[in-house]
Amino acid sequence: MSWTAILVLAAGTYALKVAGPLLLADRPLPAAVSHLTEHLPVALLAALIVVNVAVTDEHLVLDARLAGFVAAVVAVRMRSSFLVVVVVACAATALARAL
Amino acid sequence: MREVRRKAVAVTVAVCVFGLSFGVVAGESGLSVAQASAMSLLVFAGASQFAAVGIAAAGNPAAAVVTGLLLNSRLAAFGVLAAPLVVGPWWRRLLGAQLVVDEPVALALEHDDTELARSAFWFTGILLFVSWNVVTVLGAAAGDVLGDPTRLGLDAAFPAVFVAVLAPRLRDGGARRVALGGAAVALALTPVLPAGLPVLLAGAAVVLGDRRR
Repeated sequence: MSWTAILVLAAGTYALKVAGPLLLADRPLPAAVSHLTEHLPVALLAALIVVNVAVTDEHLVLDARLAGFVAAVVAVRMRSSFLVVVVVACAATALARAL
Repeated sequence: MREVRRKAVAVTVAVCVFGLSFGVVAGESGLSVAQASAMSLLVFAGASQFAAVGIAAAGNPAAAVVTGLLLNSRLAAFGVLAAPLVVGPWWRRLLGAQLVVDEPVALALEHDDTELARSAFWFTGILLFVSWNVVTVLGAAAGDVLGDPTRLGLDAAFPAVFVAVLAPRLRDGGARRVALGGAAVALALTPVLPAGLPVLLAGAAVVLGDRRR
């Protein structure tokens, strides 16, 4: 990750954050836009999950990471804290890899 | 106000684990401690920092930036919600804007009383900002000590973090369909496109799908 990429991401993110307080004041966001800003992160997060669980060097690879993913989903469904979710996922992956 | 502080601290503890893992993952992905720290200071939006670092490490910095920004598009909506909370002289609004992330806005919106909502926003935001930056440095510095990250299963931290962030957003069927669609598009495009693009196009597909309806 280059300094340029970091600074561009920072500037763009700040622009998104500051637009509301600076420009819109109390006016509500148009429905179409708020719908989009709600759904876009959901699609991107889901895509990031599968890519990080099942992709290595642009190939689909199922390995020990899958165990970590399953463990994370179970932990989330049991309403575990953030810490527990991450630790359980790492432990499951490390265990599956050691077996 | 005591209730506000209690919730802010609980949220901050959870987010600290997130920040710590960001520091570690950033270090693994080849970022210097200064770069990881700069991201947490200047970007200050957890999920996008994780995503950008991961995609950039796969060799596509442009897609890393665009994905990060698309993930942060929701902050524009939060910014609108936070507008009544971030008031006062221009410098205060500019500083407050940097604190417009999920947790401070969510905790502030629990209160109907404007004064209490403002206190909740600023208290949670400042506490979160300071903690997030401290644990980033700790994580980035500790990464070297931990050795081979895959031995400890630390590569699973990344998707686990996203699972935890995504889960509360899947309350309705529409959101679940969007999530499944995004995952399917990303998986389908992975063998044919360079790293980073499948994730981006998964977002784009949803945008188009939403338009249709």
